[in-house]
Amino acid sequence: MWVYEKKLEYPVKVSGPNPRLAKTVITQYGGPDGELAASLRYLTQRYSMPTSQAKGVLTDIGTEELAHMEIVAAIVYNLLKNAPLEQIKAAGMEGYYADHDRSLFFVNGDGVPWIAAYIQSKGDPITDLHEDMAAEEKARSTYEHLINLSDDPDVTDVLRFLREREVVHFQRFGETLNIVQEHLSSRKVW
Amino acid sequence: MTAMNCDELMLRIQALEFTAVDLNLYLDTHPCDARALADYNQVVAALAQTVAAYEQAYGPLMNFGQSQSCARWAWVEQPWPWETQG
Repeated sequence: MWVYEKKLEYPVKVSGPNPRLAKTVITQYGGPDGELAASLRYLTQRYSMPTSQAKGVLTDIGTEELAHMEIVAAIVYNLLKNAPLEQIKAAGMEGYYADHDRSLFFVNGDGVPWIAAYIQSKGDPITDLHEDMAAEEKARSTYEHLINLSDDPDVTDVLRFLREREVVHFQRFGETLNIVQEHLSSRKVW
Repeated sequence: MTAMNCDELMLRIQALEFTAVDLNLYLDTHPCDARALADYNQVVAALAQTVAAYEQAYGPLMNFGQSQSCARWAWVEQPWPWETQG
């Protein structure tokens, strides 16, 4: 069961319409290392985790990633909302506009739609937790690239928050990996 | 606590709840850290108090039975979180 909270985890503000920036930030909505991939990866891997603690970490981080998906959506929505068609065309977003107008859709920066093949669930908790740690690092790198590209200080501020959360999640997954490894190597027969 | 307006209350809720989220993740891998647990329980109480003040003035923050509504169904009246700018 999930319930919705009518708030963002972190406040979102944009300086004005900016389809060029929206075109890049949208990759964290529907790209390979984006927040949809992150939330679905963790929330589907949790079922086969061996310890209650690992199930908790995947549930809680997976849930926080849903809140991050909403933050990225709020950025893109506001960057596109009042953008004139001329700006959309100049940003190379006319293909996106043709299919989606100024609405949200799960694509990367080049318009490639999200696919489940971006994520994995191997049933081996060591394998899955290593994937989760790599995923957090890939997302951190992506946010750094987006910060490099951003020309809107309000958006950059939110991107910095999201980048920091990847660092914290990486740390928590690393601790979880240690706990699970210890659990798996402990003697079960005496 | 001096009276806060809608935006100030929301910012306070965001700060308190973020603290709760971060402590929650930390406690998932450090369940025996008594100080973190005390911090968590303290922030839960402060968050509940702030959410109650917000909801009384500006309407429910949560759906599906987690928040009372006033005489009207106020859930669909307030702007949605992504509608923060005109």
